[in-house]
Amino acid sequence: MLTIAHQTFQSRLFLGSGKFSSVDTMLRAAEASGCQMVTLALKRWQQGLGECDLVTPLLQLGVQILPNTAGARTAHEAVLAAELAREALGTSWIKLEIHPDARYLLPDPKATLEAAETLVQRGFIVLPYCSADPWHCLQLQEVGCAAVMPLGAPIGSNQGLQTRAMLEIIIDQLQVPVIVDAGIGRPSDAALALELGADAVLVNTAIASSASPVSMAMAFRHACLAGEQAFAAGLGQPGPALATSPLWQFLEPSS
Amino acid sequence: MIDPVLSVNQCQQRWQDWLQQFAKPAPPPSHPLPLKALTVADLPWLLSKDASIVLRHSWPLAAALKRQRFGPVVSLFAPLYLSNLCSNECSYCGFSRSANVSRTILSPEQALTEVTYIQKLGLHQVLLVTGEHERKVGVEYLAMQIQSLRARVSWLGLECQPLTQAAYQQLAHIGLDQVAVYQETYDPKAYAKHHLFGKKTDMMWRLDTPDRVGRAGIARISMGVLLGLSDWRLDLCLLIEHIVQLQRAYPALAISVALPRLRPCYGQTEQQSGLSDLQYLQALAAVKCVLPDVELVQSTRDSAPLRDLILTELASSASAGSQTAPGGYAAAANQQAGALAQFVIDDKRSPAEICQMLRRHQVMPLLKDWLAPYGRSFHPLHTG
Repeated sequence: MLTIAHQTFQSRLFLGSGKFSSVDTMLRAAEASGCQMVTLALKRWQQGLGECDLVTPLLQLGVQILPNTAGARTAHEAVLAAELAREALGTSWIKLEIHPDARYLLPDPKATLEAAETLVQRGFIVLPYCSADPWHCLQLQEVGCAAVMPLGAPIGSNQGLQTRAMLEIIIDQLQVPVIVDAGIGRPSDAALALELGADAVLVNTAIASSASPVSMAMAFRHACLAGEQAFAAGLGQPGPALATSPLWQFLEPSS
Repeated sequence: MIDPVLSVNQCQQRWQDWLQQFAKPAPPPSHPLPLKALTVADLPWLLSKDASIVLRHSWPLAAALKRQRFGPVVSLFAPLYLSNLCSNECSYCGFSRSANVSRTILSPEQALTEVTYIQKLGLHQVLLVTGEHERKVGVEYLAMQIQSLRARVSWLGLECQPLTQAAYQQLAHIGLDQVAVYQETYDPKAYAKHHLFGKKTDMMWRLDTPDRVGRAGIARISMGVLLGLSDWRLDLCLLIEHIVQLQRAYPALAISVALPRLRPCYGQTEQQSGLSDLQYLQALAAVKCVLPDVELVQSTRDSAPLRDLILTELASSASAGSQTAPGGYAAAANQQAGALAQFVIDDKRSPAEICQMLRRHQVMPLLKDWLAPYGRSFHPLHTG
């Protein structure tokens, strides 16, 4: 069971709602994935969008909406966006995304840390998209983020866990949940992240722009279950203590 | 003074270099086509003579790259012509200063009325367009309109005369999200031949504009060439090289590309680009294959069937239901004769019809993709 900021989630798969070919496809993929939280770029939301509205049908599906600040290029802009999100959507949860890099959408660590600190002080539950930099993640935890969301590879690249070595350190060092976000291209990437001990994964492009988003969403669901169970079964953990006689028994004082 | 990424002399030199490249036969890329972008070195093949053969390879790659980077999504916007007053003389344009047409400059009230009609059509993203007139349609006028319209729309772009960096900074601060400025041609000879009077005769001033936009911290720029003014293949090569340099110098500047083809207009009813529809598709695919992060913008100058193909596969952004005359939306809604239109539109479908067409093809129309606070406070890194 995954807990973020006192809230529990059965599913360790979160979904991004962008890049889908239609609202209906996105909803069906969300349902097939079994996810319980979907991110939504606030810049795409507006009251009265009619057929383009994602919020109402998602809420009807019973998933939690996590607004994100994609498009913000400074801490100031991200904080304003978060305030707008809280007012418009009635949630204090915010996915902090500050990526001024127009090509690779890599996050600005300085602005992210600054905005995170401000938002936490204002009572937000902050989930920051961030570089896979262990010390930076520790700083985000320090200022009060509810989780960290280090990238596996650039957004939309489908390159998998390019930052694996760093992710393993982050998983080891952080006490708040670690959600691998960005770059996951295949179900096996998601399984691997969870096998390594990540608490959850966020997937968007791999599902949304695939030829069959609903099938792909289901594949990711299975992959996340596999990864979670493998980790729980002890994969990658230190082995159990030796039950049989150790080689050095002859040195031990006889009882 | 910071050097711009491309100078007129460099254009001259690069023009000759590319001319030599195209004089040789070009083999197709030696690697098979995985989902990986091609490079500038592949342009002689991407733009080689037989468009139909090249497209068989380049189109699927371009479409796949677009889908991965942006998803099957198209953002829709409306151009809002504020003024057809112009102090330049360009051989190919109906707004030229010598053209004997009545000139209009919309007041803020008139512009607001236009926005109301645009919103009735279902659009919330607006590109303000003016002719180039520094005195009567200068920064003060533009600032006034931007201030007045900003709260009514979700995204605001501006296509007008090249401005100073300070002016771009000022406008960004009060609500400008994107600048559109087209070089028209990178061939210095053709540039001089077609631009006969006014500030637009200064090629370097125009060439330096993306640098000034980047340094001003504006979020997005739309660039392009007018296909048919000179050798379209060479113009594309220079445009792509220019963008590659700009991406390095201004990493926070999002770049999109439009490739309008020369079309008839008032006073120039016979002019044509010389590009077939297939060659136009070839041009779009070439840009996307080499610059997958650059959005392609498609105007209503082209026919509905051609637009359908481009919008459903390659373009990320398109105008719909466009009126290219100042006051045109109000006039159309009230079925009156309006002011002079800048160019002839071919696809006259309404935004609602375009949305229907997109949905039929499993493509999501995007009517809103921005938030007012974004872009107001950014200081760019300048790595040039």
